[in-house]
Amino acid sequence: MTGVPGLAADVRVGREDFSLDVDLAIEPGGVLALLGPNGAGKSTALQALAGLVPLDGGSIALAGRCLDDPRAGVFVPTAERGIGMVFQSYLLFPHLSAVDNVAFGLRAARVPRRQARDQALGWLERMGLAGLADVKPGAMSGGQAQRVALARALAPGPRLLLLDEPLAALDASTKMEVRSELRRHLADFGGCTLLVTHDPLDAMVLADALVVIEDGRVVQRGRTAEVARAPRTDYVARLVGLNLYRGQATGGRIAVDGGGALVTTDPCGGDVFAVFPPSAVVLHRHRPDGSARNCWPGRVAGLEQHADTVRVQIESAPAVLADVTAAAVADLDLTVGASVWAAVKATEIRCYPTVDPGGRRSVPPAGTL
Amino acid sequence: MLLVPAALAVAFLVLPLVALIVRAPWTTLPGALLSAEVGQALRLSLVCATSATVLSMVLGIPLAWVLARAQFPGRRFLRALVTVPLVLPPVVGGVALLLLLGRRGLVGQYLDAWFGVTLPFTTPAVILAETFVAMPFLVIAVEGALRGADRRYEDAAATLGASQSLIFRRVTLPLIAPGVSAGAVLCFARALGEFGATISFAGSFPGVTRTMPIEVYLALETDPPAAIVLSLVLLAVSVVVLVSLRDRWLTGSAA
Repeated sequence: MTGVPGLAADVRVGREDFSLDVDLAIEPGGVLALLGPNGAGKSTALQALAGLVPLDGGSIALAGRCLDDPRAGVFVPTAERGIGMVFQSYLLFPHLSAVDNVAFGLRAARVPRRQARDQALGWLERMGLAGLADVKPGAMSGGQAQRVALARALAPGPRLLLLDEPLAALDASTKMEVRSELRRHLADFGGCTLLVTHDPLDAMVLADALVVIEDGRVVQRGRTAEVARAPRTDYVARLVGLNLYRGQATGGRIAVDGGGALVTTDPCGGDVFAVFPPSAVVLHRHRPDGSARNCWPGRVAGLEQHADTVRVQIESAPAVLADVTAAAVADLDLTVGASVWAAVKATEIRCYPTVDPGGRRSVPPAGTL
Repeated sequence: MLLVPAALAVAFLVLPLVALIVRAPWTTLPGALLSAEVGQALRLSLVCATSATVLSMVLGIPLAWVLARAQFPGRRFLRALVTVPLVLPPVVGGVALLLLLGRRGLVGQYLDAWFGVTLPFTTPAVILAETFVAMPFLVIAVEGALRGADRRYEDAAATLGASQSLIFRRVTLPLIAPGVSAGAVLCFARALGEFGATISFAGSFPGVTRTMPIEVYLALETDPPAAIVLSLVLLAVSVVVLVSLRDRWLTGSAA
């Protein structure tokens, strides 16, 4: 594990009712997103990397230096790890001004007072907060506090930056702006970045690669775009907004586990996943005559207004989510309980084996969506 | 049914103070306040109570930190031990201090033999007696503040590379400052009113160990109006303490 320039970690932490076993690798300059539902162990992994929770097994090495290895009896305390962390609630020191907050890590590293202040002011300027130097955290907006927290974490020059749900505390409009700024700052940062989030958009925008964990185990990993294209669990499929099914494929026909069948133009066979976006689903009130080769009846179980579409949840075999326009909802008179036909073109359905090319067998989805 | 005893209780608590104010020799008050004895006792009391408060903070804050944060066997027992002076009659505390630090005391004999230091019946003895009685107030208040403080700020400081002592000085202490000041005020008030431990360990030498409460007690025999004046001064100090603590004690939200 040592000798690697970036982060190489096998994080194993055991609790009474929970165990975490996640291996993570980040190249210098890389941004890895750790994605998972609440209680999956994301925060515990982050705390272990920060040294706030000791490992029970595995090891953590950063830039060739072992930080934690219970078998070898190595444990480097948090303060000596050379890390920076942005906490979900920022945890800016309430009694210190913005500039003193940012200078805190520099002062801890024995940078002379004046020099630390100058550097901290430089960081605030870079964050677009030059006018906020003497303001205390209590008087800052959420977006400002987030930037000060990022500046504070980056100022001492960490090799590993840990971001714990860095945008979760922001309102929607601020979030968008801060997200794109954060992306810019992360691009300038030469160290490794681990982003913990449950928001897939954060992960897509900010990270190069994803590790998805559920119940303390990795269920999928890969480049952001790959994971988004080919989810392997219900959780990931829901995150990226795809209909995901598992079934047995023979010659372009997939018998879906739990009932129903799908036809695809993707060549595949055996135990497979099949996905298609809700926008690929066309709804009809009666059985359509069109060219779609997949067509099955169902009942509307729910309607949900999204930005400019309505997501329709349909109980059928297989169950399906469809995105339609508000006009279509009116035309088809879609209400809960209405019977509909769902149609999907065979060319829209992607199919891939459940055993991923890395040899890692995915956790089977609990059921179809 | 309950209102009658409640009213009696209020009368019982308030009327003595009313009597004190009613019977005060208001016309001769300025002169009495400026008299040499009163001035001397007041100065000595302030110096000793302040020193005792500082000493209590220097020793008591670290002790509070240990009680609040460290995990070790016997922590609960230690905590109980620390609070003993709260319930111990102060005069017993004075006797105990004499047996430890007196000329023939457990430690005092060596202080005398090796360094020629004799503590009893000196101003430092007053400070020690007051510290013994008052420090637990500070320790309890600061321990409570430490337990209530958000420890994640300390985690944040650690991720920024701060050592334990730096974290304590620059993060923990400022965060619990309200609790520390409340404890210090209580501690000061208790030290200022200290009588039993002081008189048994430090005696009553004018200008050296005769603090305000002792002066009040002695004046009551010889010069009752002076005793009233001194009592009024101590009452005024208590009121100031109460006012300075009203936000955190009278509203029931201790730090």
